Amino acid sequence: MKWIISVVLIAAFSFALCLYFPWWTIAIAAFIVPFLIGIRPGMAFLAGFLSLFLFWGGVSYIISSANNHLLAGKITPLILSSDHSFLIILLTAIIGAVVGGFAALSGSLLRHSIIK
Amino acid sequence: MRIIFTILTAAITIVLCYILNTNSVLPAPLGKLLSPQHGIWQNAEPANKSFNENIEIKGLKSQVEVRFNERLVPHIFAENELDAYYVQGFLHAKFRLWQMEFQTLAAAGRVSEVAGERALGHDREFRRLGMVYAAERTLKVMEEDPELKALCDAYTSGVNDYIDRLTESTLPLEYKLMGYYPEKWTNLKTALFLKYMSQNLAARENDFELTNALAYFGRDNYRALFPLNQDSLDPIVPGFIGTDSAFKVTAPVNYDTIMPQTTNIELYAKPSPELGSNNWAVGPQKTASGAPILCNDPHLGLNLPSLWYEIQITTPEYSTYGVSFPGSPAVIIGFNEDIAWGVTNGGRDVRDYYEIQFQDETKQSYLFNGEWLKTEFRYERIRVKGKADYIDTVAYTIHGPVMYDDTYNRNSYGDKYWAVKWSAHVPGKELKSFNLLNKSKNHTDYVEAVSYMKAPGQNFVFASRTGDIAMRTQGLWPAKWKEQGDFLMPGTDSTFLWQGFIPDELTPSQLNPERGFVSSGNQKPADSTYPYYLGMDYPVTRGLIINRMLSDMDKITVEKMKAMQVNNYNVFGEMAVPILLKYIQPQQLTLEMQVYYEILKDWDLYNHSGSKGITVFDIVWESLKACIFDDDYKNAPAVIARPFDMTLLEALKKDSTYRFIDNIETRHVETLEDIATEAFRKAYPKISEMDAGGKLEWAKYKGTRVTHLAKIEKFSRLNLPIGGGVNIINATTTETGPSWRMVVSLGSEIEAWGIYPGGQSGNPGSKFYDDFIDKWVKGEYYQIKKMRKEDSSPEWKITFTPA
Repeated sequence: MKWIISVVLIAAFSFALCLYFPWWTIAIAAFIVPFLIGIRPGMAFLAGFLSLFLFWGGVSYIISSANNHLLAGKITPLILSSDHSFLIILLTAIIGAVVGGFAALSGSLLRHSIIK
Repeated sequence: MRIIFTILTAAITIVLCYILNTNSVLPAPLGKLLSPQHGIWQNAEPANKSFNENIEIKGLKSQVEVRFNERLVPHIFAENELDAYYVQGFLHAKFRLWQMEFQTLAAAGRVSEVAGERALGHDREFRRLGMVYAAERTLKVMEEDPELKALCDAYTSGVNDYIDRLTESTLPLEYKLMGYYPEKWTNLKTALFLKYMSQNLAARENDFELTNALAYFGRDNYRALFPLNQDSLDPIVPGFIGTDSAFKVTAPVNYDTIMPQTTNIELYAKPSPELGSNNWAVGPQKTASGAPILCNDPHLGLNLPSLWYEIQITTPEYSTYGVSFPGSPAVIIGFNEDIAWGVTNGGRDVRDYYEIQFQDETKQSYLFNGEWLKTEFRYERIRVKGKADYIDTVAYTIHGPVMYDDTYNRNSYGDKYWAVKWSAHVPGKELKSFNLLNKSKNHTDYVEAVSYMKAPGQNFVFASRTGDIAMRTQGLWPAKWKEQGDFLMPGTDSTFLWQGFIPDELTPSQLNPERGFVSSGNQKPADSTYPYYLGMDYPVTRGLIINRMLSDMDKITVEKMKAMQVNNYNVFGEMAVPILLKYIQPQQLTLEMQVYYEILKDWDLYNHSGSKGITVFDIVWESLKACIFDDDYKNAPAVIARPFDMTLLEALKKDSTYRFIDNIETRHVETLEDIATEAFRKAYPKISEMDAGGKLEWAKYKGTRVTHLAKIEKFSRLNLPIGGGVNIINATTTETGPSWRMVVSLGSEIEAWGIYPGGQSGNPGSKFYDDFIDKWVKGEYYQIKKMRKEDSSPEWKITFTPA
């Protein structure tokens, strides 16, 4: 249960921070939630990873669908030299996920180092 | 132990964020770029996006309403002109900001700032040509006119109020991809944009190329290759125009006995010679409805975002509709409640080069009329992305900036320095022409309006609801003696200077001519009786076919005019094919070759997209030129002029023993039959290769494209299935073509049709980015419906309220 709450909170907190601050504040969101909630480091990594994978992947998919994938079709070849425009959505999701995962792991580890 | 892991993972997180936020490790800052709330996804415009908005803004006097139609064309309703221009600036920025800034960076020689060292060549070229110098001078004159300054200020603050509202997420896509941020707009940038158009359009000169041709061939052969006049010319304004009593020019004594040396030089890239345009107007006596009809299609580089932005501007004083330039206020080509106007490029040679003799290598002084004059220096600081600044020192003389010197394209002959004299350096109030045209009510207003046009000189066509049609070949034209400026000139002697400008009363112009129409297709404005030298380099063919078609037409309708604008008839082919067929000896061709000979023979003389005949003709004609001239040019300098196609055609028509036909590298004397047959044989490999590759159909061979300004292929439209080409009214070549087609019928109600190959939005992630292109390719038009404030609801509405 704690874990699921962490996943939801990381995404919500990331969204709120990114309304006003640069993209990398997702790392702060993913760091703080496990630090406050206290889940095990391995689970924290998974929570941060999954949360931002779903959040970034989901939002970019929704935006791209509303756009009839017009922009994705033009950008994917530019960045990934591929014509499969879902790949750019996947890349978006993975980038968010990796940053989120490591940030969450750090947050959990810090909590465990302080609170023995 | 845990603390070490903590530090380690935190470090990894920070490094990841850093790497994904910069392009110093990966080629792009992928985190920043792909963040759904900041990056490129924010530019993926929803297909059903609503453009409705209420904007509170400081810069306005009263409320302004902007109504958009379903094509995203804004119709501005303002209480005064300043508010209208303010909103025009805001809208240009909202839909086209990246483009308008990029074009002015190009004009100012500042592309290196965003593109790095590879753009340094371009930047130096534009600085040394005096583009910024010219824009600064023009700005000064514009700002000395309080009305014009107020209009420019209003436009500029509109652009800037939009820029101020930008956030990281609303930044145009190209800024995100290239990693920079827009600067504030200034009136200087508007002036720079106008100079950008001059660089495109007032750059038709071949001084180095012709000088080398004269030096290499000698006078007699030179004249045979570059005759002063072309027999088939049908000038814009036919007949006698005026006497030379007003203002006389005198050629320097014995100038034509001086033989130049060849100059070894590397020239900068010139604008495409295919830039041009068509315009015409037919009078009431020639139309079915009795209303004059005006047509215009400027042929410019085909780019995305388009050079043009469609707009309606309505104030209590006037209401105008047409296309505008993002980067400049006013409507450039269009109509209002009373008149319509359009332009084609004047294309005269208004740029000459003078050889400068400096006293010593410090270039502090230069020789002129036996005296040493002091040089002025302009230090051009070019900022280069990722590198140290580049300082270019440019010497300025009474002729203009010394473009070519020992630091720039140094030639192997040592110490030659070339200053450039250019009419675009003369400050002008070109913008006032368009502002006044927007509110002109009649022919008198129009004449006054266009009188402000200096560079790039344009042929202004005019029609009014009262039934007048007119043409003026307007611009600041140097009054030249015969051949002045065809060649490089000595800069040491005042007799070689431009002696003045052509007086306005000798501007070739027409009002309601008896033939019932006026027209221009970039041909020479007047015939050889004109008192001033007009140069040699003008395309003849479009003028010919336009005048022939208009003369033959009666009871003209809008539909007939649209059909004429997209007409693909090849008048050059009409003259050239009979010559080819007369001299090519089919029995000397192989059976495989004869297949294509038959295609040429059966060609209907139309450059339709599916035509194979035009492709065969085009390749054979190129081959014929090579067979006739390559031997004569074998030892020529690298920079040298080639004869115009029409020169060769007219020579062959008149004389099958034209002196250049014989291949001087063989022992026996070739006849035209031999050379024409040889040309076909040599064309065969390319023709059959094209055929094998499925590219013999004209559109596939030609490969027309509309290219993104930063040359990003996926933001461009390639291989468009469209006919036309050089010499054709539908002048669509590979990279240039009708950038705006407009037909206006001036009856009791003005009705208009128009289209340009682009879309109203500059955002590649918007469906409005290129949505006009397919219709443009098919030769179709949108009906232009002027809106009235009381009309029923528009598609979208933006209301600007003074804060």
